[in-house]
Amino acid sequence: MFDEANIIAGLEIGTSKICVVVGELGPEGALNIIGIGQARARGVRKGEIINPEQVEEDLRAALFEAEQMADVEIRRVFLGVTGSHIRGFNNRGVHPVVSADREITPDDVEDVVKNAKAVNLPAENTVIHAVRQHFFVDGQEGVTNPVGMLGARLEVDMHVIHGHANRIQNAIRLVRGTTLEVEEVVFNGTAASLALLTNEQKELGALVIDMGGGTTEFVVYSGGVIRHSGVLAVGGDHVSNDLAYGLKVPLSRAEKLKIEYGSAILTDAAKGQTISLTNELGMELKRVNVEHLQRIMSLRLEEVFQLIAQDLEEAGLTDYLRAGIFLCGGGSRVPGIVQLAENVFQMNVAPGHASAISGLTTALDQPEFATAIGLVKFGSLKLRKRAVRPAFSTGIKQVIGRFFTQHN
Amino acid sequence: MTEDQPSLIPGQPAQPVFRMFGVGNAGITLVDSLDALEFSGAEFAVINTDATGLATSAAPVKIQLESKLLRGLGSGGDPERSRALAEEQFSTLKSACAGADIVFILAGLGGGAGSGIAPVLARAAREAGALVLAFVTLPFECEGNRREQQAQQSLELLKPAADGVICLPGTKTAKLIDENNSIVDTFRVTGGFLIEGLRGIWQLLTRPGLIQVHFADLCNLLRDRHVENAFAYVEASGAGRSREVMERLLNHPLLDEGRALAESDAVLVSLTAGKGLTMAEINRVMDQMKRQCGHAQITMGAAEDPALKDKLCVTVIVAKQNSAPTALSLRLESRTTTNNTGTTGTGTSAVREPAASRPVRQRKPNSKMVQSQLPLSVVSKGRFDKSEPTLHRGEDLDVPTFLRRGLPLN
Repeated sequence: MFDEANIIAGLEIGTSKICVVVGELGPEGALNIIGIGQARARGVRKGEIINPEQVEEDLRAALFEAEQMADVEIRRVFLGVTGSHIRGFNNRGVHPVVSADREITPDDVEDVVKNAKAVNLPAENTVIHAVRQHFFVDGQEGVTNPVGMLGARLEVDMHVIHGHANRIQNAIRLVRGTTLEVEEVVFNGTAASLALLTNEQKELGALVIDMGGGTTEFVVYSGGVIRHSGVLAVGGDHVSNDLAYGLKVPLSRAEKLKIEYGSAILTDAAKGQTISLTNELGMELKRVNVEHLQRIMSLRLEEVFQLIAQDLEEAGLTDYLRAGIFLCGGGSRVPGIVQLAENVFQMNVAPGHASAISGLTTALDQPEFATAIGLVKFGSLKLRKRAVRPAFSTGIKQVIGRFFTQHN
Repeated sequence: MTEDQPSLIPGQPAQPVFRMFGVGNAGITLVDSLDALEFSGAEFAVINTDATGLATSAAPVKIQLESKLLRGLGSGGDPERSRALAEEQFSTLKSACAGADIVFILAGLGGGAGSGIAPVLARAAREAGALVLAFVTLPFECEGNRREQQAQQSLELLKPAADGVICLPGTKTAKLIDENNSIVDTFRVTGGFLIEGLRGIWQLLTRPGLIQVHFADLCNLLRDRHVENAFAYVEASGAGRSREVMERLLNHPLLDEGRALAESDAVLVSLTAGKGLTMAEINRVMDQMKRQCGHAQITMGAAEDPALKDKLCVTVIVAKQNSAPTALSLRLESRTTTNNTGTTGTGTSAVREPAASRPVRQRKPNSKMVQSQLPLSVVSKGRFDKSEPTLHRGEDLDVPTFLRRGLPLN
């Protein structure tokens, strides 16, 4: 039997699928993916729950599958959240060092971080992540750990990702309703970038674009820290919807056409080509022009990239992406998407692979699972951090004890 | 330009002479509702076929096109009659326009007098050497087919005759007005929209600009575009005025909540402010505009007017290319060639030359009605019908991209 404390589960409630990934933290701290469960999601639009009952049903199915596969019982999950309400921005906190000898103490660091977190959020919003970027000591840049240094003025840059509290709470409540505990809430984009990027790529600067069914998340890393993040509530659903509208076919048919004939760029083979749609008796119902199909699709996907490119340009980050751009999510399966992204961003683009994690290769290779795998990785980093501090056996107990006090 | 015209002689910083003509009952009402102070420097005149309409007007110049045929009863809603009458008294109209550099024609199309006289007046004004800008309203749907057709026909004639036509379809404003409003109010509101546009253009042309917009720019914009122009005039004051102005603009009903901008292919933006118009403000507005109308050709102007104090006024005129294939009409073409001979000359001919060579378009009135309605129909958002819209800088991303960018699928 597995040691339950080392089991980490990630749950992503996506627009197109609900996905549970189970990982096991080895004794040396290596993460191994041991189980995956997924169910087609109904009742989710643009990354947000609109029908809790259906979602709960699908969630149970996915959970059951994952438990079967990993042969463990999942009690706690790291929950991924997304939606157009989520925003990221950078904030700087300032703290004067008051001690007589001007030596910066851990208390000073704590204070400056607290200052940086105290941002002007709308009342209904809550902070999901607050990630430390760099410290400044008397204006000296790039200090990663200022404790013990001398200085009069300590500053810190933080990246704060926040979202609508009630909407996030909705997802948490739903998961709790299935007797699971939510260990922590994680922004999907953060999770996907954790799964995809190596430390070296984070250092060099990289952009991760997770093109999901209802939303597209993007996260920029540079100098080893998150510099920028955002959500665009446009995804594969929009492509299908555009096709259904433009080609005048039902949505389900548009979805199939998208998968079968879709392309992010106009292919030569599509010129003048038509597909005949038949009913169950084999009679022709309608002819669909493949060129139109691809053009509609290409315009939509191009627009998504353009909007992201625009956002990055405004944030002044375009020149920092030296490791290039990594795509994941179902949208990254569209043929020609890499080329389209290269055209828009004028940069190296590659489909992302979940790296630095071992386990089920079938799962690791699929771009759709990047977020859920990233959630597990996020969990493993958290657990490792907690486990390091106290003595090992008591530490685990304390950790578990804390969950109950926190979440009950 | 004809010889007898006092034109803008170089070296003489004469203020160009503006003359505003209200044609037909609707036009007269519009001219009367103009604030003479605001449009100081303009000369007002009204033209009608029946005397009763003229009698109530406060305009200093009244021209009645009368003939025994009509027996003082007006044109009876028949534009052909009033057109014939106007042609007959072409010289009167021409002399009425003499001396003006820019002629504004205000009319409601669809009735007898306005539809008939406006195109002829435009031609007369051009022959008299003035630049012509027409502001017209199209009838409401409920006014019936006949008026709609008459309006469209008249518009087709007016477009080649005038240098620019700014046209406000009644169907567009009807949606914005409370159904229970009295008809008088409804007309007043519609007229108000038109006057707002007129005011914006007036400011554009008369105020000394930091970045000047010339009449030629305006004509270039309006020439050869879609039948329906959209325009909006908004103002705001205070510290966040540039942001507020943009917000109002994007929510402006006449711009279809900003959709008109996305579909436009030429946009004229004019900013007027009291003291202290900063580059940052211009930038902010223009940045937004550029983003909103990615494919359009944008012309901008900026001016300062101390009278506005800390107000910032923005006038936007949007023109949209006709996407439907159109045939050249021989009849109308011959009409423009006669115009050419009448208007070629020296002086401001550089302004006018492109006007003369513009191709003239005509479509069947019936099919046009359907065509012009198409972009107004609400796009179903399918799967996202009931969900919260994904708004990104005023654009609804749930609407298919190819529609927003106006990609034709044949």
